Amino acid sequence: MNRVEPIPPDGPPKLYEARKAVHNKRIDGPFRRFKWLVMAVTLGIYYGTPWIRWDRGPYAPDQAVLVDLANRRFYMFGIEIWPHEFYYVAGLLIMAGIGLFVITSAVGRAWCGYTCPQTVWTDLFQHVDRFVDGDRNARMRLDAAPWTWGKLSRRAFKWTIYLVIGFWTGGAWIMYFADAPTLVRDFWAGEAAPAAYIAVAILTFTTVALGGFMREQVCIYMCPWPRIQAAMMDENSLTVTYKDWRGEPRGSVKKAEKNPGAFGDCIDCMQCVQVCPTGIDIREGPQIGCITCALCIDACDRVMDQVGRPRGLIDYVTLEGAEKEQRGEEVPGAVRSIFRPRTMIYFALWAGIGLAMLFAVGTRDRLTINAIQERNPTFVQLSDGDIRNSFDVRIRNMENRPREMTLTLDGLDGGVMWAGSGNRDQALRSFAITVPADQLLSTRIFVAAPRDGAAAEDFSFVVATGEGEDAEQAIEAARFARPGGE
Amino acid sequence: MMAEDKRVDEPTGTEFVGHEWDGIEELDTPLPRWWSIIFWATVVWGLAYTVFYPAWPLINSATEGVFGWSSRAALAEDLAEVEAERAPLREAIANIDINELPQNEQLMQTAINGGRSAYVVHCVQCHGSGAAGSEGYPNLNDDDWLWDGTMEGIEYTLIHGIRNPDHLETRISQMPAFGADGILTDRQISDVVSYVRTLSGAEEASAASARGSELYTANCAVCHGPNGGGDQSQGAPNLRDAIWLYGEDRASITDTVANSRYGVMPRWGHRLDPVTIRMLTAYVWNLGGGETPAPEPEGEELAEAESDEPG
Repeated sequence: MNRVEPIPPDGPPKLYEARKAVHNKRIDGPFRRFKWLVMAVTLGIYYGTPWIRWDRGPYAPDQAVLVDLANRRFYMFGIEIWPHEFYYVAGLLIMAGIGLFVITSAVGRAWCGYTCPQTVWTDLFQHVDRFVDGDRNARMRLDAAPWTWGKLSRRAFKWTIYLVIGFWTGGAWIMYFADAPTLVRDFWAGEAAPAAYIAVAILTFTTVALGGFMREQVCIYMCPWPRIQAAMMDENSLTVTYKDWRGEPRGSVKKAEKNPGAFGDCIDCMQCVQVCPTGIDIREGPQIGCITCALCIDACDRVMDQVGRPRGLIDYVTLEGAEKEQRGEEVPGAVRSIFRPRTMIYFALWAGIGLAMLFAVGTRDRLTINAIQERNPTFVQLSDGDIRNSFDVRIRNMENRPREMTLTLDGLDGGVMWAGSGNRDQALRSFAITVPADQLLSTRIFVAAPRDGAAAEDFSFVVATGEGEDAEQAIEAARFARPGGE
Repeated sequence: MMAEDKRVDEPTGTEFVGHEWDGIEELDTPLPRWWSIIFWATVVWGLAYTVFYPAWPLINSATEGVFGWSSRAALAEDLAEVEAERAPLREAIANIDINELPQNEQLMQTAINGGRSAYVVHCVQCHGSGAAGSEGYPNLNDDDWLWDGTMEGIEYTLIHGIRNPDHLETRISQMPAFGADGILTDRQISDVVSYVRTLSGAEEASAASARGSELYTANCAVCHGPNGGGDQSQGAPNLRDAIWLYGEDRASITDTVANSRYGVMPRWGHRLDPVTIRMLTAYVWNLGGGETPAPEPEGEELAEAESDEPG
């Protein structure tokens, strides 16, 4: 019988590969400093934005960015969005998507390497590791050490910092959904909404789990974006590349001195592997684990300087540039690979959508009217012979101030109207109505007209407000029903 | 035999079950531990459940369970909770002066909503789902009221009904059957009908209507008023307006004069609680025709004079 080999002494083979902990080494260089900057800016935006104030007058909140779920409003600096205008947010998401296309086609996985929250928070947590347990070697020793009180207290200290970061992350998140200073007070007084505490708890957990423990596994196994990006990159996209044609075969400086010409520039010092936050070896070529953070470039350049060889053994290179360099041709500059038709078209699309949305936001209506006819019954015979219809009229005042408006009947000869709460004695062709700031006014309007006329007569409700620059008007078509129309 | 069956698959160390299909053999792999734990936990849970909650069928009932829970009791509890929540509003509605209710926006809106619910249960059968009525059943949306269209009047009608038999306080009036009882001849009736139709502008004045005018003054003006404006205190319809409960054509009016009408609405005072009746009142009043009590007697006359103007 053709059986497979017998069971190895340590049991049947495992189906899953165990994670190898990544203890990345400290490094300094232009890319590391750039990462520091990006981290400061992105975290600053995330934690700071809810605290920016923005004066909108007495009738609206003064928080610059606020998702007011209770009142169904979304504020972003000078822009206020109502639920029915949510397509602007869809537009923002489309812009974010195309923005990623632009970035990816120009500079590859720069999003992954610098600005992705998973990257930023993982970086932050790795700095905590370094701060508490020391650099790479110290951390590896501690990892392998038995569980002593010393190790336990170190771990407890580190995990406490993890929790504080996670809590702060969740805490900042909820600030986007309510007035930040008030919420902070309520939160500590135990008076905030249960949803606030639940959101903080969930985000604390996810932040610590994803940034503190799962780290690069999220990028390698969970995230779909690396797969999508692989399809978006082309031969002109910049990516972190080990120049194997220059580096191979690897050999130490001593060996190279003994055999001049037999070895490439790579001295196999493993610095590029040790600084890598995802624990890969860039010399194996482009791979899913490479987030192109370029820390290996910093590490390699530093070593090349020390051994007196030219920098750029690991560098941002396009596929085409790599081929040209191998053939000994001149390699076009990085700017050429960024400004090319494909990226320009993406950028034009992105900017076009942005400008179109800005234009739409600038010119959109801040006053709307809807009129729905009462259908049961559609008309009522009044004692003086006139016919009455009833309409549910809704006027939206989307500005942050109460506005005096005039509601007028347009068309319907002989027709008059009055508010449902009023009396026919007050019937008019037009009357004044005040719509509170930033609110929908819903009112029943009775319309009466002489019986003689078409069974269905078209007319309009017109609501107008303001004068000159301030003037705004909205029209709603409606139909007056009379007997005999059915 | 048994010893032969106990063969072990070397790579995995698992026994064979003994089944074989085309050389492929089944291993006796144990169920995953987590699966077994969950399975037994659900069994324990299920058994415990039947102890604590009603479960086992008996001949006429079922075991009641240690907790004594029942869906009926749970429903009663939920209903009591809702009742308790609504109690302050209901009490306020019960205590307010009914004519003041429309001015209290919150209470009025509560009453209208409650009234709508009660209306579709108790009133739609006659007055229709949109309260537009039908022949013989008044349209409650319009501005014409046989009896009294104020909040107070509508509430009275709801409590005591109209021509409700064997109820002293019910609204009652009876128009004589001028033909059937031999008070007027067919020809006289025809003349009266002609006159009445001129009041609402349905017919031009004629010799017949002139004759009818005299008959009207003698027989009809007592209730319907000298100029046909009607009288709400007797439920006598306004004959000058465009609203005709039984039809505006000659045949319908002739039938009314000859044989009379006797529309009945049952009283609801003994079937519905006072708050529900007030809610129904608010709903009906708010349909668009509700009247406001005139502050002074002059006002009433003025309103009547206005309604005398034919449309």
